Parts: sequence; C-alpha cells; structure tokens
Amino acid sequence: MQTKLNVNGKTHEVDVEPRLTLVDCLRHELGLTGTHVGCEHGVCGACTVIVDGKPARACLILAVQVDGAKIETVESLADGDTLAPLQVSFRRHHALQCGFCTPGMLMTAHALLSVEPDCGEARIREALSGNLCRCTGYIGIVEAVLEARAAYKTGRRGGTP
Amino acid sequence: MTRRDSYIGNPVERIEDLRFLRGRGQYIDDLQRDGMLYASVVRSAVAHGRISAIDTAAALAMRGVRAVITAADLGNTIPTIAVRSESQPSLDRVVQPVIARDKVRYVGEPVALVIADSAAIAEDAANVVDVDIEALPAVTGRAGLAAGAALLFEACASNRVAGLSAVRGDIEQAFKDAGYVRRETFQVHRHAAIPLETRGLVAEWDAVNNRLTLSGAAKVPFFVRAALAKMLELPEHAVDAVETDIGGGFGARGEFFPEDFLIPFAARRLNRPVKWVEDRREHLMATTHAREVECELEIACRRDGTILGLRGSAWANIGAYARPNAVTPSRNLAQMLPGPYRIPAVQLDVTLYVSNKTPVGTYRAPGRFEADFCRERLIDIAAAELGLDRVEMRRRNLVTAAEIPYALPQVLPYGGSGEFDSGEYSITLERCLVEIDWKTKSALQGKLIDGRYHGLGIGCYVEGGSAGPRENARLLLDAQGMVTVYVGASAVGQGLETVFAQIAADALEIPIEHIAAVHHGSTTGIHEGFGSFGSRASVMGGSAILVAAENLKQAIRDAAVARFSCVPQEVAIVDGLRAVTAGRRRLTLGELSVGGFAAAGTFHNVKRTYSYGTHAAHVSVDPRTGQVEILDYVAVEDVGRILNPNTLHGQTVGAIVQGLGGTLLEGMVYDEEGQLLTGSLAAYLIPCAVDFPRIRAIALEQYPSPLNPLGVKGAGEGGIIPVGGVVANAVASALSSLAVATNALPLSQARVWQLIENARAAKRA
Repeated sequence: MQTKLNVNGKTHEVDVEPRLTLVDCLRHELGLTGTHVGCEHGVCGACTVIVDGKPARACLILAVQVDGAKIETVESLADGDTLAPLQVSFRRHHALQCGFCTPGMLMTAHALLSVEPDCGEARIREALSGNLCRCTGYIGIVEAVLEARAAYKTGRRGGTP
Repeated sequence: MTRRDSYIGNPVERIEDLRFLRGRGQYIDDLQRDGMLYASVVRSAVAHGRISAIDTAAALAMRGVRAVITAADLGNTIPTIAVRSESQPSLDRVVQPVIARDKVRYVGEPVALVIADSAAIAEDAANVVDVDIEALPAVTGRAGLAAGAALLFEACASNRVAGLSAVRGDIEQAFKDAGYVRRETFQVHRHAAIPLETRGLVAEWDAVNNRLTLSGAAKVPFFVRAALAKMLELPEHAVDAVETDIGGGFGARGEFFPEDFLIPFAARRLNRPVKWVEDRREHLMATTHAREVECELEIACRRDGTILGLRGSAWANIGAYARPNAVTPSRNLAQMLPGPYRIPAVQLDVTLYVSNKTPVGTYRAPGRFEADFCRERLIDIAAAELGLDRVEMRRRNLVTAAEIPYALPQVLPYGGSGEFDSGEYSITLERCLVEIDWKTKSALQGKLIDGRYHGLGIGCYVEGGSAGPRENARLLLDAQGMVTVYVGASAVGQGLETVFAQIAADALEIPIEHIAAVHHGSTTGIHEGFGSFGSRASVMGGSAILVAAENLKQAIRDAAVARFSCVPQEVAIVDGLRAVTAGRRRLTLGELSVGGFAAAGTFHNVKRTYSYGTHAAHVSVDPRTGQVEILDYVAVEDVGRILNPNTLHGQTVGAIVQGLGGTLLEGMVYDEEGQLLTGSLAAYLIPCAVDFPRIRAIALEQYPSPLNPLGVKGAGEGGIIPVGGVVANAVASALSSLAVATNALPLSQARVWQLIENARAAKRA
C-alpha cells in the first residue's frame, strides 16, 4: 500500500505491506535504525516514537495506520552533533549504559516534558514506567529528566519544532 | 607528573553516549548487507520427545524461501557445543547439538532453520514447517533424580550428570564442637538475565577467500571464533567474530548458542549474508536461564555466635543440556557459600542434573547470588534462635584485614582455592548501618504501621573479579599524535570505551580527546582476547593498556635515542606524545616517525580480586496483599579503586534493581509438561521505573587490590549478590510476629500472601 509518512519533518512515500509495523518501516524501509525493537508486544517501550505529539509504541502500530501523521524519532532530537538538552542531561546523569532502551526513553520523556515541563518525580516515573531498562535501575534516567525540565520551560527543547 | 591520573577516578562522561543518544549505535539488527537473507528458527513445541518426521515441503513451496535446513543437512555428525568453563568428562555426553536430530529436550530447542528473502517470509515459512514429535514424559525438577524417572539421555544411567564439592577444614569436628546446629532448606527459583536487546547475528561467507565473518558475537568473541572454526572445519584465522554495539549482556549473551553455528552454516551453504534476530518469545525460551537450585544446609555455631562450620547438599537444575557455562553457577555457589565470613569448616556437595527446561548458564554473579541468599538467611535464623543480635553475629564472623590473604574453600574435582586479596570487611558493614540508620529503624521491626509490617534486612558479600589468565592491548599512535586502543576484553554496555580511554590517556599522559577510538572484543583488532565475564574487563583490559602504554613510550624513546644519538636519560617525551626532546634538540612526532608508533602489551594474572560490601533494606509488607515495598535500600561496597564513579554507581544501582526484580518479580514458570508459561514480558516481569525508586549506593576506595598496577577490583556484579538474602531477611523481620519463613525465592506478591495465610492458619490450628 502507498503510504505517506512525515518523519522528523521530512515526507517519505513508501509502498508497504499492510502488515508492516511502523517500527519495521522506520528501521528497514527508511533506514532510521535509532528506534529499537525489544519485544514486539508493546511491553518494553524501546520502539517508542512520537505520533502527532503523543508517545506511541511503533511495534503496535502498522505503518499504513499513520499515513499522513507527524512522526518524531530519536534522530530528530540532536541538531547535527549538538545534543539536545534532554540528551545532555542523560549523558551527565549516566542515564544509559547499553543504550538500547535509550531512544524510547528519550522520546517518552521528550513527549512528556513538551507538554508538562513542570512535572515532578512521581509523574516522571509513571510516564517512564512503560519503558523498560535492564541496565540502570532508572535512577539516572529520572534525575536526567528532572534536570531537563528547565530547558523545556524556557523553550529550548530541541527536536523537530 | 602533573597530569598523573587526571581521568581515572573522575566522572568522565561516556564516549559511547554520543552515538547512543542520537540513535547512531550499531546494534546487530542495524546491520544491512547487500543480498542479505533472513533466518527464522523452527523450535520444538514439546519439552521431551522423539522427532518422527519433519515436513518442510510447504515451507519450501513458499515464494521467497531459499532453504529449510534440518539435522539431515548437517551430515552424519551433528556438531555439539562444548562446555567452556569447569567441564567434567561426564558432561561430554550431555552437551547441546546445534540442531535436534532424534530427540528434543526442551521447548524452544532448534529443529529447523528457514532462510528467506525477508524476515517476514522466513517467519511465515517457519510456521508451516511440520514437525512431528512423539512426546515423552517430561522431567522438570528434582523428582527427575528418582529411580524410574524419564531419562533425558538414554546413554546416561541417571539425570544426574555431574557433581562438585567445596571443602575446607574438618567439617566433622566442627559439628562435634558446636553448641548449636541448625538445618534449613532453601530454594532459588529459575530466572534470567533478559537484556533489552535480544540476541542476533549476521554471518557473511567470502567464497573467494574461504572466510567467514560473524557479527553479533559478544562477551567471548575469541572463544566463539575457536568453537565455530572447529565446527565449520576452517582454520581460526579464516573466521572473524565481530562485536557490534550490544544491548546488555549480564552473563547470558555471547556464549556459544546453536544459532552461532546455524546462521554461519546457512551463509556458507547459500553463499549469501544471512541475518537472524531472536524475537522476545524466542529469547525467553532459547537464551540461557539461571539460578534454579535447592540447598539443604546446616550451620554449626558456638552459643556466642561464632560460626564453626557450614555443610550441606545442593541440587542444580541445569536444564536440558550442559551449555558452555552450565557448571560455573554451581562452582561459585560451592566456593562462595561461606562468603566474607571466617567459617573454618565447609563442605557442600552439589549435584547437577538435567531437566526438560531451557539450559542454564551464567547470569550476573552466578552462584554468588544463590550462595548469599542461603547463607545470609541461615545467619539470621541462627542469630534469632541463639538470642543474638544478627548484626553482631555478622560482625563477629567477618574476615579481618589481619587474616588476609585468606584462603577460599577448594572446589573438587577442580582443585585450587584462591584467596581474598585485601580488605577489612567490617568497614562496609559499619558504614551501611550508619547510612540506613539501623539503630533508629530497628525499633520498627515487626511493627504494624498503617496496615503494613515493617522490617529490616542486612547481608554481606564478596565479589570475585578479574578472571585471568591474561588480557592483551595494542596501541597505535599516528603521526598526528592520535591514539587508537585495541583491547581483547569485550563491551556489553558497561561503558568500557570510556574507561579504557581514561586509563590510556592517563598512562600516556595525553588529553582524552587524543584517544581516537577504542576497539574491543572483536577478533579483527587484536591477536587474542578473553572477553568480558567474572568482572574482569576493566581490571584485565585496563592493566594490559598500562603495559602497552609503557611499551609505546619505550618505542618512542628508543627511536628518539637513535635519531638524536644520545643516551636514553636525555630523551623526554613532551606535548602529550607529540614531540620529543634531548636537551635543546626537539623533533615533532611526525618528524620522528612518519608512520607513528605501535606497541602491544599483555597483562597476566591468575589471582582474583575481591571487592566486598554490605547491603541493608527497610521494607514494608502489606499482609492483605502480600506486597513488599522497598522503603529504603543502601549498598556500601569497597572496590579498591574507582575508575569512573559514574559507571560504577550506575552498574551497582542497576545490579541491585536486577536483584530486586529476581527476588520479588521475576521467574521462569513451567508447567509439569515442561511448557514455559512465561513467554512474554507481560508474563515475565522485569522492574520498571515505579517499582524501586529508593536505592542508594556508596562506593569506597579503602583497600586497593595488590594484584594489579591499577589497584582496581572487579565490580559491577557485586550489586546483585546480596539482594535476595537482604530482602528475604527484611521480609522475615517484618513478619516476625507470624514466624514466616522466607527461605524460598521469589518473594512475589502471591507467594508472600500465601506465606502469611499459611502462617495464620498454622497459628489458628
């Protein structure tokens, strides 16, 4: 099926099987391998992307379902080699080890802070509870998101405007 | 030497993060090759049975299917996967074939491999491969050791396939002298590492040069290469095992699995690159499980709490085959049973038996987690019955600095015992008590507050690290002064590139920005490597870098002496390796050598480092629901010397949370027919962000290791070791009024609720 995807501000026209998931489409049709696949059943959150402003599991969505939607992936956050404030915080707080869950974590946090830059720790943990990390124990991740709030409050959020 | 140690010990931000944060990591499924085909594994749906027929016709008829490989395609002899560590001759009969031919022995065992033009077609075709299996009775637990039980291997007289023993001192005398003896049974349940990235491989066959490249190797790429070359009947130099970015290892990933043969075999046969990526359901049934063991232990003490002896038996369920690390957990369980305590007499006999479950292997702190759980519970039980303070009992029995080096028990039939290298083990105990405010919180123990019982738990441990026998490093310095580091140790997500860059920059006295790249693990960068296990990578790889750095500086000095025609004492290396001087004469690096310099280094060490620590937990238990909440958790460890406080702290906290998952949430559940019931992450629960928010970890640098030039000790596994015992002790303390025995893991909500109900029923009766 012909499908039009707006990913990170760029429009792609792809011809895909109806059963192709969004994450497989992003990774293997568009070459955006930053979004990862950890479980393919919507539990681990590694494949989280932002669809029309809301975090979504790209393994539970078919590519054809998001025809015309605005999709943001981890590749949209940094400006070239310059990390976005959220990414800087992740690095400073050692919020990642193996890095496999990181793109999903970043996108969940990015979606959260974009609409709730004043959220507290409990809200952050709740929002991140759908993203599994096996390395960090989450403490560094939560600290990083807490710190990054300041940038979102002042509109320096990075990512696709 | 103003630049000495300007990176080691500092929270240097990780080099790896720059690519991971931008989605530029290269994990195995990110690799693309021209003409690549995709594999899907057909796995047994039956735990135990005889294969009567495999019909591949429907699969082969599908458009886009290139091949369906079964045992029949592999010739008369199916390659088997050797035990890598602590093998015994009896295990040779129970090693895993790379594909099942006559019998299947666990749900998930590879039976056929489908190769197709896309992953989707391969999966579709795998679904229509018709495997006819005549089911046999399944063995799932210790009942399989009874006479008349179904045998997994007809060539063996029993499902007992190996044994080992830990011995120290005169155990009979210890129990004769004891004023107090107590026997108890403990169970640790089957759970697993569950890295967030599943396993995967890309195999490429170069028909012109008869070479095979296997990407996706991890942990022990050189071992993978050696094993694979043997199976493919190729010389080792014709096989490369390449490490990509890896989404977590924790001891499970990277050992030789059936797919490590099957995918290269397919690539060679079809002369096309072949990719295989495990899905999560496969991962849960195919990648090694861990921890399942039952122990019957007996402690002998004086009435004052001095421990005289510890003895007993253990039964380890190793699953259907002896995989490369089938023995390691049992060996460690036996040797680490006494842990950091002065227990003069030890005897533990471990029976390893096979069952129709997924084969086991190592998972972070293999055997050590299990040993700590049993021992720390037993100490609490003994202290309570002797009317002693459980902290005081620990304090009295911890090994002191004056007693070190202190020999560990011998493990037979292997021999060789090893010894603790340095430490004053009470330091972490005392600090931990202060940090958690044990004195004040003690008053809460067993109290019902707002409907929840409160309890405290404590436990001590030692963590063996720096497994030998040696490690290699190679340094390349280009004419512009940029250094490339190659190390034989492997990275599985720990941040080794950063740590190795810190060590190299300090050793060479150059800015870390002059480290162009750090390559690790792969067989392509260095002649020999030993990988990443047993908390060895930083200690062994880091020490090898130090040796190589000295050799590199010597090579530069030698060249300068020759060019200046001076004596070595006159030469100085300046400007961060970018120039040399002899008196007033000066040459830039490029002038000294257009091609730069290279140097290698090897660090030999067969002795282990032992970091040590104490954890304490404050929990509450809701008797209405059985829910255990971690209100506070404090870990104090002495790692000798800290290379990077960020990566150390991150690994410690991460390990603790993994341990809490294993203790409270996780578990591989099978039914009596050997069907795995936890085949998704919705059924197998790993901790999420709301589960354990309050963890504190403190690292000390009190006793550096005398065994290596850095003074570092293995760390990263320690965080998980005591968690089971600490939490079980805390739950027992909370429920002391009900006399609940928390001697079997997991302490899942349902289990704790049942324990409470049982205790109440017993009280009423």
